Amino acid sequence: MNIHEYQAKQLLAKYDIPIPAGDIAYKTHDAERVARWLDEDVMIVKAQIHAGGRGKAGGVKMVKSVQEAVESVDNMFGMKLITPQTPPEGKEVRRVYIEAGVDIDNELYFCILNDRSTSGIAMIASTEGGMDIEEVAEKTPDKIFKVHITSGGNLQHHHVRKAVFDLGLAGKTAKKAARLMLNAFRAFVDLDAEMIEINPLVITGSGDVVAVDCKMTFDDNALFRQREVEELRDDDEMDPLELEAARHDLNYVKLEGNIGLMVNGAGLSMATMDCIEYYGGKAANFMDVAGAATPERVAAAFKLIYRDPSVDGILLNIFGGMMRCNDIAEGLVAAAREVGLSKPLVVRLEGTNVEKGREILRDSGLPMEPVESMGEAAKKIVKAVKEVT
Amino acid sequence: MAVLITAKSKIICQGLTGSQGTFHSEQAIAYGTNLVGGVTPDKGGMEHLGLPVFNTVAEAVAKTGANASGIFVPPIFAADAILEAADAGLDLVVCITDGIPVRDMQMVKRELKDSKTVVVGPNCPGVLSPGYGKIGIMPGYICEKGKIGVVSRSGTLSYEAAVQTSTAGLGQSTIIGIGGDPVNGTNFVQALELFLDDDETEGMVLIGEIGGTVEVEAAEFIKTWKKNKKPVAAFIAGTSAPPGRRLGHAGAIISSSAETADAKKEALRSAGVEVADTIIGLGEAMKKALGAA
Repeated sequence: MNIHEYQAKQLLAKYDIPIPAGDIAYKTHDAERVARWLDEDVMIVKAQIHAGGRGKAGGVKMVKSVQEAVESVDNMFGMKLITPQTPPEGKEVRRVYIEAGVDIDNELYFCILNDRSTSGIAMIASTEGGMDIEEVAEKTPDKIFKVHITSGGNLQHHHVRKAVFDLGLAGKTAKKAARLMLNAFRAFVDLDAEMIEINPLVITGSGDVVAVDCKMTFDDNALFRQREVEELRDDDEMDPLELEAARHDLNYVKLEGNIGLMVNGAGLSMATMDCIEYYGGKAANFMDVAGAATPERVAAAFKLIYRDPSVDGILLNIFGGMMRCNDIAEGLVAAAREVGLSKPLVVRLEGTNVEKGREILRDSGLPMEPVESMGEAAKKIVKAVKEVT
Repeated sequence: MAVLITAKSKIICQGLTGSQGTFHSEQAIAYGTNLVGGVTPDKGGMEHLGLPVFNTVAEAVAKTGANASGIFVPPIFAADAILEAADAGLDLVVCITDGIPVRDMQMVKRELKDSKTVVVGPNCPGVLSPGYGKIGIMPGYICEKGKIGVVSRSGTLSYEAAVQTSTAGLGQSTIIGIGGDPVNGTNFVQALELFLDDDETEGMVLIGEIGGTVEVEAAEFIKTWKKNKKPVAAFIAGTSAPPGRRLGHAGAIISSSAETADAKKEALRSAGVEVADTIIGLGEAMKKALGAA
């Protein structure tokens, strides 16, 4: 799960990590109150969307008066920010953060994340703050410092000392940076975070260490024990179809093609997308109906895909292990009857209770093409969709 | 004689009395698995599916001589269930449970660093050795006793591999679903090691996907093989996946160029692995690899 920058900073502040003073505006009216309260000569107005690259897209502005702050906030509301990390149509700005400007002496990079390669946690620091870290890693890898923390282990003081000296810090500033890193690690573990990225981590003119931008993501599997984090969820940031899917516990990602997919298993779902592309089509979505689906969930999944206006035809590809084919067939038939099936539908059903499942489909009398192999299914739906479009 | 599940396996189910545990244990028994009991805390002493139920894994081991376990408990209890099974000294623990927090699995990894217990999963379809039995949720009827070792991150794609190697007349020695989570027990390298040492296995199918680097590690490992070399065929799911978006598995997300399907295919090809373009070409790829060897 993702949260907004201002929410991430508020969490950091709870772990004694210095952040610039600031507050959120939901409407223009709030902006004046926040700017007056801050009472700073320089303020930064920042659009809050779940995507990076906001600065270049016009989502971050420096202002020097309350009036400028209000105008700037007013301009941002409703703006569609298009960055390399947003969908092509951009993301609408609904919340704007206003914070005090910071006297920047040096910009660093700091990140803690789960590290798959060691099954543990990694801490990454760099002298090149405020930049795209992947670019830094590619062009100047010697400026990136990594610390690996063993699986389930703790961040030790010597890890942090190394990072701080690698960054060229000394004296009181080094101590402050070390404290910040230990606190960030505490937050990371406590909150079941997947990543805490502070970029830039600013050293101020007076030698203070401040988190000026922060991105946090969380382990969805752990949200059951992170209620405070769960409450930060912003449904406006999700694609409406993805939101609907999440309500039914479906793994769904909207894509750009026109063939709707309903598959069980993430691997099979990806392989089905690949297969469709191989035969010249393009998937409208990734969908893993996952685990032990009931006929009701299958029906919800089918209706969701069917109602997506970009979908011209549907391929259902189920290889039931945990799922039982008769449950799938039952849900599918009910949903197809409800929507009055008029888009091409190809069904490939295999696995546990497959005979019962196929029988239900046959007896339904619905216009769907049952096929036995996945290759045949992909070819058929690509062809059928070309015929209707 | 297959790997992980063999004629010597005595298996228990943790979470036997739950709905998933019950359904899949019934299927396992019907498949001929040597299931000797189950564990559900506070239900010790009762009988379920004709099997004795125990309060703890240790008690189940003491009374039945079990050496392997399948875990079907909810995610919040799963990490503890894995540790309990390892503490009881089991050789094999297969965790089917999906949705375990990463932090919990990191803790399991640390606790079991020096343990002799082999952990498979979590978030996996399990292990199946045709002719010997199964732990997990793989449908038995698609598998045939034979000579191919299958190892897969994806559950459903392991079924595809089973169907195709069965259809191609090759059959399987053992199918291992290692699971799609970012932190898991057995990985490709350990699974390939097991298959290399197994007389019944003559070739291996490896099914990977985008995200992480375990496929590249497998390719590096295959490059080091000298004697007892066995042919490998592979498929990597996610060629058409958009970067930066997570597709279902917590593990399936492209976060760097080394984690794309193309990079992984290239690494495997450079190790002499026969890589199929689509999942449906996997059986043919395996045949080709066997022919070339």
